[in-house]
Amino acid sequence: MNNETIVDRKVIIFQLNDEEYAVSVQQVGSIERIQPITRVPQTADFVKGVINLRGVVTPIIDLRVRFGLKETEFTESSRIIIVYLDEMEVGLIVDAANDVIDIPEDTIEPAPEVIGSVDVDYIDGVAKLDNRLLILLNLQKVLTKEEINELKSVEG
Amino acid sequence: MDTTQYLDVFIDESTEHLEELYKQLLELEKNPEDKTIIDEIFRAAHTLKGMSATMGYTNVANLTHKLENIFDGIRYDKIAVQSDMIDILFDAVDQLNAIVEDIGNGGDGKRDVSHIVTYLDKIEKGEKEKVNVKESKKNESGQAFNTLETVKSLDQFEISILKESSERGFSNYEISVHLSEDCLLKGARVFMVFEVFEKLGEVIKSEPSVNELEEENFENTFTVLLVSQLKEEEIKSKIMKVSEVDKVIINYFSVDTYTQEQKDKESAMEVQEETEIPEKNKTEDKSTGKSTLSKTIRVNIDRLDVLMNLFEELVIDRGRLEQISMELDNDDLQETVERMTRVSGDLQNIILTMRMVPIDQVFNRFPRMIRQIARDLNKIVEIDIIGAETELDRTVIDEIGDPLVHLIRNAMDHGIELPQERKAKGKPEKGTITLEAYHSGNHVFIEISDDGGGINKRKVLEKAITNEVISSAYAETLSDQQIYELIMESGFSTADTISDLSGRGVGLDVVKNTIESLGGSITIDATIDEGSKFSIQLPLTLSIMSVLLVELQNEKYAVPLSSIIETSIIHKDRIMNAHNKSVIDFRGKVVPLAYLNKIFTVPQTNREDQEYLSVVIVRKGDKMAGLVVDSLIGQQEVVLKSLGDYLSNTFAISGATILGDGEVALIIDSNALIK
Repeated sequence: MNNETIVDRKVIIFQLNDEEYAVSVQQVGSIERIQPITRVPQTADFVKGVINLRGVVTPIIDLRVRFGLKETEFTESSRIIIVYLDEMEVGLIVDAANDVIDIPEDTIEPAPEVIGSVDVDYIDGVAKLDNRLLILLNLQKVLTKEEINELKSVEG
Repeated sequence: MDTTQYLDVFIDESTEHLEELYKQLLELEKNPEDKTIIDEIFRAAHTLKGMSATMGYTNVANLTHKLENIFDGIRYDKIAVQSDMIDILFDAVDQLNAIVEDIGNGGDGKRDVSHIVTYLDKIEKGEKEKVNVKESKKNESGQAFNTLETVKSLDQFEISILKESSERGFSNYEISVHLSEDCLLKGARVFMVFEVFEKLGEVIKSEPSVNELEEENFENTFTVLLVSQLKEEEIKSKIMKVSEVDKVIINYFSVDTYTQEQKDKESAMEVQEETEIPEKNKTEDKSTGKSTLSKTIRVNIDRLDVLMNLFEELVIDRGRLEQISMELDNDDLQETVERMTRVSGDLQNIILTMRMVPIDQVFNRFPRMIRQIARDLNKIVEIDIIGAETELDRTVIDEIGDPLVHLIRNAMDHGIELPQERKAKGKPEKGTITLEAYHSGNHVFIEISDDGGGINKRKVLEKAITNEVISSAYAETLSDQQIYELIMESGFSTADTISDLSGRGVGLDVVKNTIESLGGSITIDATIDEGSKFSIQLPLTLSIMSVLLVELQNEKYAVPLSSIIETSIIHKDRIMNAHNKSVIDFRGKVVPLAYLNKIFTVPQTNREDQEYLSVVIVRKGDKMAGLVVDSLIGQQEVVLKSLGDYLSNTFAISGATILGDGEVALIIDSNALIK
């Protein structure tokens, strides 16, 4: 018997362009339906604006735009995942969010590197679970503020 | 005793008492003869001593004790107040302050205070004898009327037992037992002696305590208070029977004399318990004076913040309710909502005033600072504070301190001239800095004026041009006010000699930025050789404000009412072009227009260009701009919310607010739109 306990990572699964992504439940505050978003001018294009989340003004980013995917209309299944990171509270718009699962740590592999593909630093790794391929997101990188500032300075 | 739970209170109160000490010391310097000041100082020092001793900070206690001694001397005209003495006293209070700060930062309050203590001792020497007497009195309460060893202060309970026993015909003895030097088992001897005591009567108190005696934590002598019916001699002989007892000294102990003695001491030194108030006229006066003060409780500021947050949510819901009741048009509902609006309005006022603190909290450190700086600069400066009771929101108070310090230092360094210079100009040698605070409308004004040299316009201009703050061509067009305001641009310093006080060229622009970030503004006025005046305008509170809601296509934005001069609707034809910029002639002034639709890249809907434009005229200091919007909605009280860390640096947006319908509206930072 192996004495090592296999650590499971509890994650929330969401869909984006038919792919499945995962973020750790610890970082997720809540999952909301799409609600009116107030546009904030002079910000990066993936910043959709702010919403009133039970009295707290919360910035919202469209993950599709953030990841360079095609922007689509919101649908019935579109959701806003509210995540917390270093005191920041940000909402992520995703196509759908409907699953909470445990990923055994040993099924996680580093992100595959393929020649010719653009390296993205916001992927922590991928996990193969049954027939599903889950992409583990590094929220720190997704929400990096430098990118916003860079964009701003270009505009300014 | 576990005192950690009292630590916060201790620090808070100590800081207050230290401020009081500073304040009164300054007063004392001005009026050395005024005995009421001494009393005040005495009271502050005494409370501080008591608190720190309880908390176990012996350094603070020792230092304050020394202070007390000195002030006692002053009070009874044993020591004369002199300027250099005040310096040392200030130094001592500085040390105390440093210790308390250290404790506040989690330190242990240990600090080398020996040199200060030596100084204090020197001052005290003038009345050395008296101090000695007092010291001995304090440590050896029995000594004043007999020659015995220590029995330190008795508590109420012990005194009452002693009283009772003497009333019943028992005698109270203070007995000192000396064991012989070569006594081996001191603990055992003590035990035997105590056994004898038990037979003779009752031991009320022993010095050192019984526990310490049993652990042999004493030299060869110990003292007890014994209640007994037997005669002195009898007791003595019985104790002497215990072997290795060298000497027994017995003294009759009178409770009345003791308490009388205590009273005398208290009335003289205001020491300890307030048990004998009738005897202490001075203390009594003070305590009645105290009770006339309003009753207060201390509340953690965090809790007030939580309260404020909850109330903000209530305000948002109130807005929503108002809207719903308007739509439903139900009389009962409307009435109820109106009443709720009124009540919550009152509630808002109360919560806001609860967070208000007098600006004195900031002002009170200035007299000391000015005194210090004046010494360093060899100038004679007096400060005049007006309106210290003016109240401001806590959040504003926290921010405003540093800018004010800077402005005052600036006035001291650049404004007030050296005494001989002032004399030559026919002004009194002593310069005056006036600090005035007052309310006006929804704003608080703070004015710092000095009667110094004013601002030399030519010099400012020269400097501005050499430092490339402005171009020489542009300089010609500036008004006096604009020239003065140049000194708040970054990269500016007019002092001929750079001192470590100010004149590093980084000061005033920081001041200006801080004040503007608080939603305030600063203006400068000056007359050469007569002085200069810095006026700061600040909002009363930062969290709830009045705004004008405007519409840009389908988006709603809020403009803070404080920056709006007026709104107007102008015809397209009135727009003129100057240097490729749209401007309008507004009451004789040329005001540039800012098309918010363009600046905020608002998505165009099908609305056509209109004949008439709605313009909101905003100002920043003397400059104005016209914000072109699609329509004006109206005035509203809103709660200012931050956009969150993620979007902290958004251009021209200072925050957001939640409207009655639950939607978020952005608040426009009009200062950013005015160049």
